[in-house]
This record gives sequence, structure tokens and C-alpha cells, in this order.
Amino acid sequence: MTMILDVALGMAEVAAVKRSGADMAVVAEVRKVDRDQRQTVGLPFVEAPRMICREVNVYYGDKHAIKNVSIDVGKNEVLAMIGPSGCGKSTFLRCLNRMNDTVAGCRVTGDILLDDLNIYDRKVDVVPLRARVGMVFQKPNPFPKSIFDNVAYGPKIHGLAASRAELQDIVESSLQKAGLWDEVSDRLDQPGTGLSGGQQQRLCIARAIAVRPEVILMDEPCSALDPIATATVEDLITELKAQYTIVIVTHNMQQAARVSQRTAYFHLGDLVEVGSTDRIFTNPRHQLTEDYITGRFG
Amino acid sequence: MNEEKSGQMNELGDMGAMAWVNAGLTARYRRERRFKFFGLAAIAASLMFLVLLLGAIAIKGYTAFRQTQILLDIHFAPAVFDVHNLASANYAALVRDATLSLFPQAMDRQDRRAAIKLVSIGAAYQLQEMVTRKPELIGATKPIWVLAAGEVDMFVKGHISRDVTENERRISDKQATWIDQLAASGRLRQTFNATFFQAGDSRESELAGIRGAVMGSFFTLAVTLAFSFPIGVAAAVYLEEFAPKNRWADLIEVNINNLAAVPSIVFGLLGLAVFLNCMNLPRSASLVGGLVLTLMTLPTIIIASRASLRSVPSSIREAALGIGASQMQTVVHHVLPLSMPGMMTGAIIGMARALGETAPLLMIGMVAFIVDVPRGFSDPATVLPVQIYLWANNPERAFVERTAAAIMVLLLLLLAINASAVLLRNKFERRW
Ligand SMILES: Nc1ncnc2c1ncn2[C@@H]1O[C@H](COP(=O)(O)OP(=O)(O)O)[C@@H](O)[C@H]1O
Ligand SMILES: [Mg+2]
Repeated sequence: MTMILDVALGMAEVAAVKRSGADMAVVAEVRKVDRDQRQTVGLPFVEAPRMICREVNVYYGDKHAIKNVSIDVGKNEVLAMIGPSGCGKSTFLRCLNRMNDTVAGCRVTGDILLDDLNIYDRKVDVVPLRARVGMVFQKPNPFPKSIFDNVAYGPKIHGLAASRAELQDIVESSLQKAGLWDEVSDRLDQPGTGLSGGQQQRLCIARAIAVRPEVILMDEPCSALDPIATATVEDLITELKAQYTIVIVTHNMQQAARVSQRTAYFHLGDLVEVGSTDRIFTNPRHQLTEDYITGRFG
Repeated sequence: MNEEKSGQMNELGDMGAMAWVNAGLTARYRRERRFKFFGLAAIAASLMFLVLLLGAIAIKGYTAFRQTQILLDIHFAPAVFDVHNLASANYAALVRDATLSLFPQAMDRQDRRAAIKLVSIGAAYQLQEMVTRKPELIGATKPIWVLAAGEVDMFVKGHISRDVTENERRISDKQATWIDQLAASGRLRQTFNATFFQAGDSRESELAGIRGAVMGSFFTLAVTLAFSFPIGVAAAVYLEEFAPKNRWADLIEVNINNLAAVPSIVFGLLGLAVFLNCMNLPRSASLVGGLVLTLMTLPTIIIASRASLRSVPSSIREAALGIGASQMQTVVHHVLPLSMPGMMTGAIIGMARALGETAPLLMIGMVAFIVDVPRGFSDPATVLPVQIYLWANNPERAFVERTAAAIMVLLLLLLAINASAVLLRNKFERRW
């Protein structure tokens, strides 16, 4: 569906360019959108969004880190955010569960909706919000507690389990969903920090899904992992897509291509291009996107 | 010409590189050795001073742990006792009679007084206690080891020399011969000085002990810990985890660091003005001493606790916040437990400092001569370092050795405290 819309929009775009008098005859040879042009090209909006972001600006003190970004995150899709380092991917991601609240001097304007809830509304409590929008960080950060306690912590503080047995069920199913159960089922009482890097990251994913979020944000979840662990986590992301909406930041373009359905390209705080992953990687419409994915800068 | 030269240079450069490195290498190693030597020399020097200091104290003080006793044949004459009031009997007379019976040759008043002076006045209390515990002693004659007077103790230990003329020492020639007599007849012995650990202060050196000062220190430190640790941790947690980072936070930070450097006597003056004069808390009490030391230790604990909180990586906070823990839950469930060992280490080090503190306590009257061992927080008390200060002002040789002995005890306590801090750190320290 998204694909079709995207292609259609691509046509419309080309038509618009044509009408504006640019000299191009064939679609395949469409001239790229110029480097200086910073309006989002492509298809930032979807039909059935889970999250809606409109005109989001983020400032760190005087620094304008995210500039007027509008984008939707669709239900049960994996949205990849790519871009050179320092372009604001993490900053934007952290807006989606208000983790930026913890950063001194960080100011966010604009609207971000989770279903019908404007999460930056003054009345919104970040605690339940973060239960609905979970997060997995760049560096695996399990608590220095047992594997069981790591996963059980979220359900405990949110009161999701009425009994010990129920809590055990949640822990087991979360670890299973994270593909870690078989490896750790016999040592749940051992410290989570004793696991390997890849296992730790899957433990963090299990910890995030134990509170049954609707959206999972992942900030370069594989950048600290070896290729095998990376492959495992990528498979996991593909599986989780069925139940969750996932937004993943990555600087690894193959990874974005492998796991995501839509890709958003950020450049110096601007959202430059959004589109279906296939289209972005085969036929980027913005010159900056093309420069990036062809490795002209990184 | 030019070309030739540059060619030569090149060659030299190529061939010479290793030679240069090698030439430099010896110099480098020499410099390294010299540096190592200076370091070792510095450590050796400081160790030497330490050994000198500790050695001097130990040599002066070790004799204080032994005490001279005299064996008296006490006759508990029934006539002396009133059955209804055993405590009021004239025990001093019992001691006197028993002492004089040892020296039949001491006939005139002066000699008798000199003989009586060989035995500590503490002997009477010893008998009183014995009789109250065992009234059936009345009527019996018992050989009993009693404390010798401080001068006798010093003489026996060789701290009073026989070589100086009689009127320059505190043991007369006659007394000296009596002491020799006692020694010869097996009525003189040296035992472990339990009094030193069981008694409070006293004017009589042989009866003076550190129990009162140790208990005073204990109560004072208990108050200090009870107040400074929770307050310090709470302040540190607020400043580190909750307070907005603005100009006020900076101002508070500067002030706390400043307070840590304020001379401790100033806290004593503050305590005098606030706790004694305004709040009318009891003078000389360990409660007030503890409060004053709380003021003094707080900055140390706050600084150590903040450092400890800061060493908890922010990834842990993010992990907790990221799954919806509140700020409070994040701190209580994760950050505090992880930083607790560091905070406790800081508190222990603060306690060690407080244990050695004298000046502020002088200001609030904890410098009084207190015989009774304090039993509570409001009893008049003194502390170990103040006791050392008091004894150090006493020129009597017996107090000189007790001063040194008390210093040894204080150093041992400090050693134990600091060792526990190191143990705690080694056991719980976590590297991220
Ligand atoms: N806490 C912060 N304070 C100030 N500036 C920040 C902070 N975090 C990020 N920035 C700035 O915001 C920009 C975007 O950063 P970030 O979102 O981390 O980029 P990315 O994740 O794409 O590498 C960078 O220029 C960075 O320097
Ligand atoms: Mg980043």
C-alpha cells in the first residue's frame, strides 16, 4: 500500500517538476532534488499512523538540532532513520518517548501524537507514556541485577503482574520473544551484566517488551555488537514487527535495507527524504540522500 | 655541492635514525631510573618519619599496658562494718592497717605516711566492691593484690631513677628500700593494666583510664553518623539527581566545597552559639559534640556522595527511565544502591576525621575533667583526642605514658575504621 502510494507520489512529484519547467523527459532520468533544497521529499505520511509528528523542532540551548520535522510512523512497520552522525537521529528518536526531558537545556516544540494522545501535552505523564513507547539504547545497558529482575523490573513498577507466577510468565514470554529464553532459562538468577554483548542487547529488548509497549525505539542497537549478534538482533526485529511498531536509528545502511519498510534520511537536523526502503535505496530522489547512500559522505 | 650535502644528510638521516634512537634510549632509561629513585626516596622518607613517630609513641607508651600491684593481707575486721551499710565502712583503714603490718619498722608519723602512700587510694574502692559482692568475707583475712600508687608503678618500671638525689624524685630512699623488700618477698607483681581500659579519668594516674573517653567518642560519633549520613546523602541525591543545574546549583556547590575547608574550630564556635546558647542543650554532652561534628562532616559526606552518584553511569538512569520508572524510582531502585558503597566509604572517612577532632569540642565544653564513664548522649563526656590533650598537659611521668598509650588506642581505632573503608570499597567497587 505504502509502496503504491509512494510511487504515485513520485509520479506526481515528477509532474510537478515538469510543470515548473525543468528540462527532463524521462522519469528514470529525473534530476535529483538540489542539495540546498531542505523540504522533505518523498512520502512522510501514511494512512494508518501510530505516531504523528508535526513541525517538530528541538533546541539544545541555542542549537537548533531538529528543524521542522513532520513525519508519521505507521502501525506495525519498521521505520529506519539514517543519516550522517550528528544529524539529529537520536535527538528525534528521543522526542518520541520524551527522553529528551531528562536533558538539561533541551526544548521541544511542535506536536507529537501517539494514537490520539498529544505526548507533549502538559497533562501527559511521562511514566505511562514510556511504558507505551519503550526504548533500546545504543550500548546494552542491563541493570546490574539478575536476568530475571532485569526483565521483571518494568512489569513490577507498572503493576502488570498480580502474582509471582504471572510475573514469571511475563518474564518467560518476554525472553522468548527476544529469542533469549533458550540461552538463559537455566540461569535467570545470574547477573544480566555477565551475558555477552549480543545477549545483553536482547535482554534489553526483552526488558522493553516486558511492559507491553506499542512502539519500540531503538537507537543504533547493533553498533556495539559483532556481526553474528547483529544478525540475531536483526532477525528479532523482523519478528517483533508483527506485534510492535519499531523505529530504529542506524548508521548501517545494509541494516536499514534489511529490517525496515520505510526509511527516513536526516541531514543536519532536516528530514530530507522519506520513502519506502526499497525506493530510497534504489532511487533516492534527493541529491543528499543519494550522496549518503552511495557513500559520498558518512 | 648542495646536492652532495643533501645526499649526505639523507644518508646520515637514514642510517642515523636507529643510532639516534639508541643514543637517546640510554638517556631515556637513565631519566626513568632517576625518576623511579626519587619516588622511592620520597616513600622511604615518609615511611621513616612514620616509623619514627609510631616508634616514639610505642616506646613511650607500651609500659602503660602493665601495672604494678602489691599483695596485702587484708583482715576484714568485723568491727569496721555496719551490716546495714556495707558501703560506708572505713575501707581505707583496712588498707592502711594491712600496709603498715608489712612495715613494722615504720614507726613515726612521717614513715607511716610514706608507707601508706605506696598503695593506691583505689585499693579502698577495690575492697569495698569485694565486700559488697561477697559479704561473707567479713571476719576473714585474705591475701589480696591491690593497686600500687602511681609513683611506685613508675619506680618499678624504671621511669623514676634511683640515681638522682632523693629530693628530686617522688620516691624517697626509704620507700625505695621498702619496694625492694616487697619485690624480694614476692609481694610485688606487674599485671595487665585492665584499669586503663575500664576506668574513666582520674587525678591518680594508676586509676586513670580511657573508658570514659572511648564511650564519649562512641556516643559522639553515633550522633554524628546518625545525623550527617542521612542528611548528607539526601542533600547529595537532591543536588545530583533532582536540582536544576543553574546558577543556584553552582553557588551551593561552591559553598559546600568551601565549608569542607572551614577550620573546624569555627564549627565549634557555631555550636557554642547555636546549640548551647540558643537551644540550651547540655554543655559537655556528646549530643552537642555529635551535632557540631555533624556540621563539620556534612560537606565531606555530601562531596563524597555526589562523586559516588556521579560515577553511576547515566545509561543506568536512562534504562530505568526508558521503561517508565519515575525519577524517584530510578534513584531509589538503581542509582542509590549502586552508589551506596561509595557513600558509605565517604561517611566512614568522615567519621575517622570526626574521631580525631579536638578543636570544635573544646568550644562546647567537652574538655572538662570527667571521672564518670558517660552512659548516654546527654551525660557530660569527653572524647579520646581531648583526653589525650588533657593528659598531655600533665607533667607526671605516669600520664606521659598513658598519653602515649591513649594515642596508640586512637591510632588503632582509626586504622580499623580506615581499613573497613578500604575493605568496603574493594568488596563493592564496580567498574563500568
Ligand atoms: N545533550 C546535548 N546538548 C547539546 N547538544 C546536543 C546534545 N545532544 C546532542 N546534541 C547535538 O545535537 C545534534 C544532533 O545530535 P544527535 O541527535 O546525537 O545526532 P545523531 O544521533 O544523529 O548522531 C548534534 O550536533 C549534537 O552535537
Ligand atoms: Mg546518535
